[in-house]
Amino acid sequence: MSEQQPDENGKEPLMQRVLDNPFILLFVGVAFPSVLYLVWGIMEIVSVPLGQ
Amino acid sequence: MTSISPPKNRLWWNEPIEKVELIWITLVFLWGLVMAFMMPYWHVAGNQNLSNETYKITPAAYLAKTQAMVDQYTVRTGPAPKNFPVVHPPAGSDVYLVARLWDWWPILELEKDQTYRVHLSSIDWQHGFSLQPAAINIQVVPDYEHVVSLTPNKAGDYSVFCNEYCGLLHHTMINTIHVVE
Amino acid sequence: MNNTLFRVCPDTGLKFHRPAETLMKANAVAAVVFLLVGGFYALLVGLTRWQAVHLLAADQFYMVLTLHGLNVLIFWILFFEIALLYFCSSTLLGCRLAAPRFAWVGFALMLIGAVMNNVIVLQGNSSVMMTSYAPMGAHPVFYLSLILFAVGALIGCFVFFGTLVIAKDEKTYEGSVSLVTFGAITAAIIAVFTIISGAIILIPTLLWSLDLIAHIDALMYRLIWWGFGHSSQQINVSAHIAIWYAIAAIMFGAKPLSEKVSRMAFLMYILFLQLASVHHLLVDPGLSSEFKMFNTSYAMYLAVMASMVHGLTVPGSIEAAQRAKGLNNGLFEWLRKAPWGNPTFSGMFISLVGFGFLGGISGVVMGTEQINILLHNTLYVPGHFHATVVIGTTLAFMALTYWLVPILFRRELVMKKLASWQPYLFGGGMAGVALFLMGAGTVGVPRRHWDISFSDAAGAVYEFPGAANTMLALNGVFVILAVAGGAAFCVIVVASLLFGKKLGEDEKSPVPLIAEPPADADYEGIGSGTITVPGTLVFALVFFASFAIYYFVNWKYLGETWGIS
Repeated sequence: MSEQQPDENGKEPLMQRVLDNPFILLFVGVAFPSVLYLVWGIMEIVSVPLGQ
Repeated sequence: MTSISPPKNRLWWNEPIEKVELIWITLVFLWGLVMAFMMPYWHVAGNQNLSNETYKITPAAYLAKTQAMVDQYTVRTGPAPKNFPVVHPPAGSDVYLVARLWDWWPILELEKDQTYRVHLSSIDWQHGFSLQPAAINIQVVPDYEHVVSLTPNKAGDYSVFCNEYCGLLHHTMINTIHVVE
Repeated sequence: MNNTLFRVCPDTGLKFHRPAETLMKANAVAAVVFLLVGGFYALLVGLTRWQAVHLLAADQFYMVLTLHGLNVLIFWILFFEIALLYFCSSTLLGCRLAAPRFAWVGFALMLIGAVMNNVIVLQGNSSVMMTSYAPMGAHPVFYLSLILFAVGALIGCFVFFGTLVIAKDEKTYEGSVSLVTFGAITAAIIAVFTIISGAIILIPTLLWSLDLIAHIDALMYRLIWWGFGHSSQQINVSAHIAIWYAIAAIMFGAKPLSEKVSRMAFLMYILFLQLASVHHLLVDPGLSSEFKMFNTSYAMYLAVMASMVHGLTVPGSIEAAQRAKGLNNGLFEWLRKAPWGNPTFSGMFISLVGFGFLGGISGVVMGTEQINILLHNTLYVPGHFHATVVIGTTLAFMALTYWLVPILFRRELVMKKLASWQPYLFGGGMAGVALFLMGAGTVGVPRRHWDISFSDAAGAVYEFPGAANTMLALNGVFVILAVAGGAAFCVIVVASLLFGKKLGEDEKSPVPLIAEPPADADYEGIGSGTITVPGTLVFALVFFASFAIYYFVNWKYLGETWGIS
């Protein structure tokens, strides 16, 4: 396979740049489960109605 | 280069995907859709779906409700040494079971093919409702009253024991649920 | 470059930063010590649950079970993972480690936490299991020790991320990091979420145990604790898959089939793997089915897809490299002629197969919202995670360690014959443990239970089917085999470090320690037709069929029990 170099702007494809940036990944890797699991779950628990 | 060195091709994102990978990704993606479909499908078409009906409750209030049921529907006394009341509530009614260190109280007697609103709560620590041999396992959490509709499909004596570790005598926490014709 | 700060490994060409190297050694040695401790407790647990032996008294059993879980599931694995993070950043990127002194502070906190935890549990008043479900309380030191350990591990993660920044700034590599380092990044990201969740719940629980807070909500505790407890196991999955890729590279010179696919699979882990924390809450009150279904499916099974992709691409990369080297006949010549006597390879391959077939399938099936009703808190659960964490993670770590002894410690491995058998003994023993625990779980035997004959219960008893006792006895036998395999590992490693023939810093090992990668041209025309790795594809299809059959069999069982609504 021939070796490719970044284009004239020195830019890699967007998705490759995302995967090459550990701090973007760190952000989404903490944000996703925090929202989808922790925050959603906590909201459900605090909205459990009072029994009589 | 290998998997422990940086990719030789600086623009690896633009490399074509292996055909084997494409076949496999397609297959497992579709399989994921099937599995994701099965759960909501069972909610519609299946008979075993755990209810989410839950209330915040204090242990005292929960005990009082259970006591009221026991006072009204006790039919006999269970075996020694515990001598727990055996309660036969009417079909379709609200049935209460208390989990506590280290008992299930009282003894329930249900009718086959009738549906009961079974309430579960703990008055102290966390417990695990394990009904065998029906293979029904439900977490029991203090301060939360969980209402689950159960429909026994076979008569017989079932055991309910604790399958959430709850201290030194956890392994003695067992009682009976009778299912009669 | 300062030569005294770095050494170049004569066998692999890897560049070791000396302060990083010392830290890796310290973390790896601590890991093995806690494996030894936790493995000893494993034997006591297995022999107690063997009803005919019933070794320990009830209070001892619950104490030892608490110790077993914490030592092997947390301490052994996390210490090893910190060593791995430093290796994958500093060594694989050929770069100095960020803030080694800070890293030593982290190591000290982890060590203090782990020792403190063992001491307080051995006092007997903190037998609360690894999960320590409130409102059952432990001694305050119990929570404090876990917090110290977690802070230490978090420091390790920061050092790792700092090292990535240094490597990029100092341009010690070109382009993108290696796939194995990318896997380590995945593990470290999941570790950060894990430790944040742990802090959110363990700090209030510590204050509650000190009477500074009046009440801990039991359901809230479960939700957030599992964000910590389950995600910590997802760190392991990412770490051991990174190791699979690493061993494929080391042993065969393998490269990813395609970088894009493997990295996207790791991205699915970063985004969705932690959602599986809900696997423990599927039969809990107060959480909706929507919440349960979405999270338990890792958002439409995208993380399961990722695991199945790794399950194809790891052996696929090996097959491609083997075929490129001329083992291109038939479907499985590449596998038949693999170095089965080398524990680094055999350990990795058993880890892969055991993790997939035993751990992966059982986890997804049990993690189905409704099927969980059949299996929650039964022995099926420990059966499942002994396949994932012990066969999967622990055996992969062991396999890599055999390779690290000469590379990192510059000692030749001793007892090579025993080492070549060890993965089979440990993996086979643990496969038995996983299968028999799962078998006992399917007939309802509870986990964390001292006596299923209920001999101390006043009045009611439950008679399990006879198979239950048979399976617990067989489990006991396989526990003995597995513990023998684990002990063999510890003995081989410790003896090698103490008595193995020293290799000079510039002296090559008598046997080659890393494979020459095949040339690009050798990859042309391998496999049959356009399918480059047909053997792996067959292997994957067998896996898929097993998975699908087992999945639907469990729905059938579910349909036979009481109506639940």
